[in-house]
Amino acid sequence: MSTPIRTPLPSSSNFSDQPRGNPDLRLSVEQASYVYAPNPSQAPLFTLEALSFQAKPGEIVAILGPNASGKSTLLKLVAGTLQPLSGRIFLNGFPTYSLVPKVRAQRIAMVQQESRLLFPSRVWEFVLQGRHAHGHGVRFASEGDVTIAQNALAQVGASHLADRWMDKISGGEKQRVILARALSQQPLLLLLDEPTLHLDIGAQVDLLESLRRLAAENRYTVLVVTHELNLTGEYADQVVLLQKGKCLRVGPPASVFQRDLLEHVFQAPLTVEMTSSGRPRVTLFNKS
Amino acid sequence: MRPLTIGRLFLRCGVLALLLFVVVVIALKLGAVQVSLYGLGRDLIRVLLHQSAAISTDYGMIVVDIRLPRILLAVVVGASLSVAGTSFQALLRNPLADPYVLGISSGAAVGSIVALMIESQLAISPEYAGLMTPFGAFLGAAITIAAVYVLGRREGQIDSTTLLLGGVITASFLSSIIMFLMSTLAGSSFRGATYWMMGSLSSLPPKSLLYLLGIGFLVATGAIYTTASDLNLLLAGEKEAMHLGVDVPRVQIVVYLAASILTGLAVSVSGAIGYIGLLVPHAMRMIFGSDHRMLIPASALGGAIALVLADTIARTVVAPSELQVGAVTAIVGAPLFIYLLRKRLS
Repeated sequence: MSTPIRTPLPSSSNFSDQPRGNPDLRLSVEQASYVYAPNPSQAPLFTLEALSFQAKPGEIVAILGPNASGKSTLLKLVAGTLQPLSGRIFLNGFPTYSLVPKVRAQRIAMVQQESRLLFPSRVWEFVLQGRHAHGHGVRFASEGDVTIAQNALAQVGASHLADRWMDKISGGEKQRVILARALSQQPLLLLLDEPTLHLDIGAQVDLLESLRRLAAENRYTVLVVTHELNLTGEYADQVVLLQKGKCLRVGPPASVFQRDLLEHVFQAPLTVEMTSSGRPRVTLFNKS
Repeated sequence: MRPLTIGRLFLRCGVLALLLFVVVVIALKLGAVQVSLYGLGRDLIRVLLHQSAAISTDYGMIVVDIRLPRILLAVVVGASLSVAGTSFQALLRNPLADPYVLGISSGAAVGSIVALMIESQLAISPEYAGLMTPFGAFLGAAITIAAVYVLGRREGQIDSTTLLLGGVITASFLSSIIMFLMSTLAGSSFRGATYWMMGSLSSLPPKSLLYLLGIGFLVATGAIYTTASDLNLLLAGEKEAMHLGVDVPRVQIVVYLAASILTGLAVSVSGAIGYIGLLVPHAMRMIFGSDHRMLIPASALGGAIALVLADTIARTVVAPSELQVGAVTAIVGAPLFIYLLRKRLS
């Protein structure tokens, strides 16, 4: 990351000049792989084997798998913070790894599990941080930035929190504010790393409902890392199923959610049934 | 939502600048020799008009030749230490970081002393030789931060407690180096060990160094200010800042070098004055919030105010003798440090 490579793209949000591929295909992961090794002579600690999938605008893709299956590694590869060992990952035709940090932040927003703050800040200050990549140097927030931040807060239903302190709001509220900051980046691609981890069931459903709505309204492509089977089954358009660094299946939940496959991946006895809406539902059993 | 505007920034800085002016005037008035406000104003205008010869009284000469340069030195040193403290707090993601607490000032002092030793051996004209001290101090500061940073890292992450502990130990180690260097140089013209370890504004450095101090302060603070928005995001962590579009390595290098320059310059002319870089940024954050676009200029002005006040106390409480200014800042700073540490741990 020390020598960022300039891309030929202008820093504005004009994407009419697409160099390659189908314009409907926003994200294209092509045979991307990665290896973690402390040094080249030693055996690798973890290998993510080459995998491919594509996503269109407005689609929600769930990266599903148990712990240590390579979910977070795949997310970092897509985010462009890790360089694929082989293969390529394109966002609107440009390799995500070669984007400079600023341009990358204009197109890709990452929502992490938690945001630790050193000094207290107001919710609106936090959401305005999302506008950083759209400014130059020491810049002061424009009226446009404020409007975008307000809209982002409104979209996640958190307008009433604007003047509260970040350390004085609940976990679910904080998660929504972090999402609002990502929205104010006005990205093409929204990445979420286990966003439901610290949320109660109600807040989990709220978050995924708003993700589905936002993906449809703003035409984001959304990538969610998760191990929540039922939330994935209910909300994802596509599932990328990982186990120990291998991609076992890519497809809509109804085709990926097969009893044998999931039992094998998650090492737990379970059943899969289809609901009336055509979504799979998973029930876990006691192992004994 | 009330985002910071340029207008509000200038208004607040204007108020602080006015406060600084008032403090400077009070500091000029106070001392072993009393002067009237009228005499003070008259003499200062004469200085500005380059008519120093017309200043008739001895009292006037005391104010213009002794107090004024010392107060201006306090202004620049206080501002430098305070901006350095603000920068280290953001860079190391630790609200208790301060050039003195982390041993960076001691490192700069060792660098200064070593430079003084070398320059006395070299046959170069004193004008240029004098510039070796701040350069040595800069190197000393830069190497110490790097060392403390390495000491404070655990499993690839900066660990707040380990960092502080590493800094405190580094400071104590470097203080003993200072004592050692000083005892081997006994009888020479060098200032004493307490000067370097506690800091003092009582001896005025040569003019060339004062110019360097002023220019260095402006350049380094300006460089840090260009990263002000980035520092706001860096507070949430390197990864998060990167995802929000901050070129993290570039910002870190700029702030690291500039803060080392500020610490090095300040220490080379005044020794290791403590806690200004801790006290002032905290006070400013409480008043103005933690936005670095406001915090950096506010810290500079606040640091100047604080050190002028502290030095005035040092000059006057035991007059006609005087205290080390570092003793005054430590009496206020050390308890506050403990308070902040406990609050943070709870």
